[in-house]
Amino acid sequence: MDIPTHLQSEVEQIISVHGRDRTALLPVLQDLNRAHSYLSQEAMLCVARELGVPRAEVYGVATFYSFLSTEPRGKYVIRLCRTISCAIQGKYHPAVSALLEELGVAFGETTRDGLFTLERTNCIGLCDQGPAMLVNDEVHVNLTERSVRAIVREYRRKAAPVGA
Amino acid sequence: MDVQSVRGFVGTKLSFADASPDVGLRKSEAMDPEALIHLVSASGLRGRGGAGFPTGMKWKFARAEVRSPKYIICNADEGEPGTFKDRLILTDFADLVFAGMAIAGRAVGAEKGILYLRGEYEWLHAHLEGVLARRRNDGLLGAAVLGNRNFAFDIEIRIGAGAYICGEETALIESLEGKRGEARNRVPFPVQSGYLGLPTVVNNVETFAWVPCVVEKGAEWFSAMGTRKSPGARLFSVSGACDKAGIYEYPFGTPLRRLLKEVGGEDAKAVQVGGASGVCVPAAQFDRTLAFEDLATGGSIIVFGPQQDMFAVAENFQHFFAEESCGQCAPCRFGNVRLHEAILRMREEGLDADTEASLRSLAATMQAASKCGLGQSAPNAFLSILDNFAGELPRPRT
Repeated sequence: MDIPTHLQSEVEQIISVHGRDRTALLPVLQDLNRAHSYLSQEAMLCVARELGVPRAEVYGVATFYSFLSTEPRGKYVIRLCRTISCAIQGKYHPAVSALLEELGVAFGETTRDGLFTLERTNCIGLCDQGPAMLVNDEVHVNLTERSVRAIVREYRRKAAPVGA
Repeated sequence: MDVQSVRGFVGTKLSFADASPDVGLRKSEAMDPEALIHLVSASGLRGRGGAGFPTGMKWKFARAEVRSPKYIICNADEGEPGTFKDRLILTDFADLVFAGMAIAGRAVGAEKGILYLRGEYEWLHAHLEGVLARRRNDGLLGAAVLGNRNFAFDIEIRIGAGAYICGEETALIESLEGKRGEARNRVPFPVQSGYLGLPTVVNNVETFAWVPCVVEKGAEWFSAMGTRKSPGARLFSVSGACDKAGIYEYPFGTPLRRLLKEVGGEDAKAVQVGGASGVCVPAAQFDRTLAFEDLATGGSIIVFGPQQDMFAVAENFQHFFAEESCGQCAPCRFGNVRLHEAILRMREEGLDADTEASLRSLAATMQAASKCGLGQSAPNAFLSILDNFAGELPRPRT
C-alpha cells in the first residue's frame, strides 16, 4: 500500500514530537485520530513502518481503545454517559430523546453532514453533575431536554463557515 | 475549558485544604530516604485506589530493587463507576499530588514520574501541564529539586484512550508501553518489573496527595483518624438518589448511615459501595462501616432511592463489564456477556432454582479464575443484588 506524501510527512512530524519508539505508539495514534477523526489503513501502516512495530499490533492497539476509531467519525464525537448514576436521573431519558431527535441519528451513527457522531460511553467521572456528556474533549453536565438541543446548535454554529 | 466550572460540590472540610505541599516536600528532602519510608509506613497509609496495599511497604520493596532507572506512576485513570474524587484532587490539589510523587521518587530512588490521566479527563490536561510548568519554574521539579543535586525528579503526563481496564496497574503499564491494556500476570509485581521491565511504583492520585500531608504533619496526625486496620481518612464520591451529591472526606470506620444522613440520602433502599466492582448494601446493613475491614471502597458511593429497580442496576453494571472486559481471559470475556444476558432474561421471566445455581457457579468461576481484578470482581454487584433483592424479580413460570 502506498502512503500519500502528505500523510508520510504528517506522521514523521508527529513522531518527532513523541519519539521513535514503541512507547510513543499510543500518543502518535491519538494525535492522528484527533486530526482525522479516525485512523485510516494508510495511517496505521505508515505508523507501523516508522516505529518498527508489526502492523497487526498497531491495528490491535487502534481497535482496543474506545477513543480511537478505524472508521471515519464526525467532527464532533458526542459521548453520552450511560452508567447508572447518570441514567437514574429523571432528566436522563428526556435528554436522550431530545439528543436523538435533534441529531436525527441513532447511537453509533454519524450525521449526514459529517458534523456529529453520537455514542454512549461508560462512566466519565461527572456522576455528581449528571446526566453528563463529552463533546470531543469538552464537558457538558446537568443535561436536560432543552440544554442538549442548545449544545448541539452551538457546535453547529461554531462549525458553520463565517458568513454562512 | 475552565476546570473550575465542573469542580462540583464539596460537602465536608478537606484535610488537603489545610496542607502545604511544599512543606512536606522540603521536610522529605532533608530526610534520609529510609526514614522517609519508615514515616509513611508508620502512618499506616494504604492505597486509595481500592485494594488498600500499604504504601510504605510498596515503596520499601521498590527501594530494595537494585536496577534503575525506577519509575513513579500516578494512576489517574479514575474509571470506576461513581468515582470522581480524583477529578477534584487534580483540579484543586494537583500540587499535593506532584509533591507526593516527588517524595516517592526521593524515597525509592526514582527520577522519573508519569501521570497516566484517563482520556475522559483530557479537559484537565492543560491545567495539569500548567501546574507542572510552575513547579519546574519554582525549582520543585527538575534536575535539582529544591536546589539539591542529589534529588532529580520530573513528571510527564500521558493520556489514556478510553479503557476502564487501564486502571488496573499492570494494564496501565502495558498501555504506557504502547500496547493493548491487557493485565499482566503477577508475579513479578510492578515494584520488581514494571514499566519497561524496570522497578515501578504505581499509586493512586489520592494516595500521592496524602503523602505530603503525612510528611508535614506526622504519622500520628494521620493514624489518629480512622481505625486500627484502616488508618486515616479518605475522600468519597457520592452520587445517585441523594440531595447533596458531591465529594466528602470521612475517617475510615464511619458508618454508612452517617454518610447517608449528611448527603441527604436517608430514605435510600440500597447503596452501591465501591462502584461496579463493589457490593450493593441493603438498608438493613447501613450500620456497617466504611473501612478496608468492612466495606472496602475506592471511594464510590451510589445511592438508590426507594423506587429503584435493583435488577436495572445489576443489568447496567454487567453491561459495563461486558463492554470493558479486555477479552484476554475466557472467564471474564464470556462470563460477563452470559451474566448480562441472564439478567436481561430474569427481568422478564424470573429466575428458577436451576438457572440460579448455574449462574452462581459461573460467578464463582469468574471470581476464582479471571486473570485480573476486573473479572474477579465483575459478578459482585449482581450477586449482592441477587442475595438481597431476589423478591423484585417476576415469579418464574413453572
